[in-house]
Amino acid sequence: MSEAPLLEVTDLVKHFPIKSGILIDREVDQVRAVDGISFSIPRGQTLGLVGESGSGKSTACRAVLQLIKPTSGSVRFEGQEIAGLSRRQMRPLRRQMQMIFQDPYASLNPRKRVGQIVGDPLKRQKVASGSDLRKRVQELLERVGLASEHYNRFPHEFSGGQRQRIGIARALALQPKLVIADEPVSALDVSIQAQIINLLDDLQDEFGLTYLFVAHDIGVVRHISDRIAVMHNGKIVEHGTADQVCEHPADDYTKQLLAAVPIPDPRESRERRQGAGAAG
Amino acid sequence: MSPAPLLSVKDLRVGFATEGGLLQAVDGVSFELRPGEVLAIVGESGSGKSVTAQTIMGLTRSKNSRIEGSVRLSDQELIEAGDAELRRVRGDRIGMVFQDPMTSFNPVYRLSAQISEAIRTHRGDVSKGEARARAVELFDAVGIPDAERRVDDYPHEFSGGMRQRAMIAMALALDPLVLIADEPTTALDVTIQAQILRLLEDLNRKHDLATILITHDLGVVAEVADRVLVMYAGKVVEEGTLDEIFYDPQHPYTWGLLGSLTRLDRPRPKRLPQISGAPPSLLDLPDGCSFRPRCPHEFGRCTEVPALEARLADAPSHCDRCWLTSEQKREKRQVAGQIGLEAPA
Repeated sequence: MSEAPLLEVTDLVKHFPIKSGILIDREVDQVRAVDGISFSIPRGQTLGLVGESGSGKSTACRAVLQLIKPTSGSVRFEGQEIAGLSRRQMRPLRRQMQMIFQDPYASLNPRKRVGQIVGDPLKRQKVASGSDLRKRVQELLERVGLASEHYNRFPHEFSGGQRQRIGIARALALQPKLVIADEPVSALDVSIQAQIINLLDDLQDEFGLTYLFVAHDIGVVRHISDRIAVMHNGKIVEHGTADQVCEHPADDYTKQLLAAVPIPDPRESRERRQGAGAAG
Repeated sequence: MSPAPLLSVKDLRVGFATEGGLLQAVDGVSFELRPGEVLAIVGESGSGKSVTAQTIMGLTRSKNSRIEGSVRLSDQELIEAGDAELRRVRGDRIGMVFQDPMTSFNPVYRLSAQISEAIRTHRGDVSKGEARARAVELFDAVGIPDAERRVDDYPHEFSGGMRQRAMIAMALALDPLVLIADEPTTALDVTIQAQILRLLEDLNRKHDLATILITHDLGVVAEVADRVLVMYAGKVVEEGTLDEIFYDPQHPYTWGLLGSLTRLDRPRPKRLPQISGAPPSLLDLPDGCSFRPRCPHEFGRCTEVPALEARLADAPSHCDRCWLTSEQKREKRQVAGQIGLEAPA
C-alpha cells in the first residue's frame, strides 16, 4: 500500500463572524471563507489550489498552517493532528512547514539585511549560529540563484524576481518538508515567472519537498502540479490530476474558468471566439 | 489602401533626470494607429510601455522630464501643445483606462457626479440633467445592469470588474477617437477579464475606436490585437501584425516571451523555457543591443545597436532589431525549441 500522505486535511472550515451593534457585539452572520474542504498531499508531490479572488484559497492556506484558528475540521501533518494546537505546541512543527508569499516587496523587512532575513529562522529555531549560520545562509543564497556577496545587502537593492528568491531561501532555511506557496509568481514579470517556477521544480527534486501551490493562474498551476483542486465560494468544486482537470473538467465552474483563460495563439483564439459566438 | 493614420508617433524619446543620471525610459518609439485598429504594446516592467502611453496623454510632463519627438493626433501636434490645449484633447479626443480601477475614481463622490464633471468640463453647454442621462446611457453601453440606479452609487459599492466597466464608460463619455488602455484587465479575475476584453472588442468594432492596449500578457494580445509592438528597455525590438509576431517572430526576446507561456491546450513540457537573467537597469544599459546579455544567440556584431527595420523580403511591415539573418533566426528558434507555434498553413 502507499504510505500515509504528508498532509491530510479533512472538512476544514473557517467562518468569520459578521458583528453588529455598538455596545454588545451580536453575531449577525458569518462569512464562510472556507466551507468544509478536504484534500491530502502525498510526500514529494504538488497539489495546486486554484480559484479566483474571494474563493477562500489564501484563508485555506493560513488555516492549514494554523496561522489562523480553523473553526472546525482536521489538519493532519505526518499523521499528527495539528488543528487547535497552541502556538507553543506548534513551534517545533513550524520548521517542517514554511510559506512563500505573493508580494516580494511586502514580505521582506526593508530594514534587515538579506543575511538576517534568511538566517533568522535558523537562529530562532536554534539550528545554527555564528560563522556556521553565515555559511549556511550563503549556501542557501547560492542554491536559489543569488550570490553569497548578497548577504549584506538590503531588500530594496533587488529586483522582484531576486526578492522572491530571497523569500524562497528563507522558506527553505529550516529544510522543511511542506512548503505552502501563495501566489508566488503572480507579482513577477513573465520572463521571471518561468525562472522561479523552474527553480521551485528543481528544489522539489533536490530536497524531496511537498508543495501546496496556490494561484489564480491555472496555466501556471497545471505546469507545476501533480493534482489540482479548484476552489469556488469556500468549497472545492473539482479535484483530480492536473491533466484530467484541465483537459476533461467535470464541474461547470471549472469549465467556465478554463474557457476564460486566454489562449496565446491568435488562430485558436479566433476559432474559439467564433465557436462561442455561434453557440451563444 | 489603408486609411490615413489617426495618431502617429515619431521617434518619441522620454528621459527623466534622476540622481543617477538621465534615465532614458523611452528611446525612439515610432508607430501609427488607424481608426478601428487595436495596437498592443507588450513588454515587462521598465520596458517603457506605460511611459509611452502616458506621454501621448501629456502625463509625463514635468520639470525633470525630457520629451522629444512627435505625437500627432490627426493634424494636431501634442508634444508642442500648451497645457490648456492638451487638457482639451485629454478625455475629449483621447480616453484612458488605467490598470487599477480601485484608485482611479475619487472615493467620496458618486460615479454620476464624476462622469458628469468630465462631460461638463469639456462641454459647457450640457446641463447637469443631460450629463447624468449620458452617464446612464454609457453604463448601459458597457453592460452595467440597472444603470439608472447604479450610476448614483459610490465607487466602493462596485466590484472590481464593474468598476473597470465604469472606468471604460467614463473614458468613452466624450466619444474619443483614441482609447488608451494600460493593463486594463491585470487586476481582474480571468472570468471578468474575458468579459472586459469582449467589451473592448465590441466598442472597437461598433465605434471604429482606435485602441492602444498596453499589456504584459500575450494571451490577452492574441485575443484582441491587430498589430503588436514588443518593447524592451525603452526600445521597440519587434513590430508586426498579430500573426507575424506569433507565427514568425524574429527577435530572440519575442521568442523567449512566447516560449515561457504556459498553454492549457498543449501537453505540458517537462521544463518551462525561460529567459535567463533580468532586464538591465536603464541607467546602466549594455553597449549595442540591450537584450545582448540575456540572449543565447549573441555574436560579435551585437555590440552595435541594430536598427528597427524590415528584414524579411515578403513582409515590409514586419520590423525587428536583431542582426541574425532570417535563415539563422528560423533555424535558431527551432533548435532552441522556444516556439511552440507552427507557421500558418
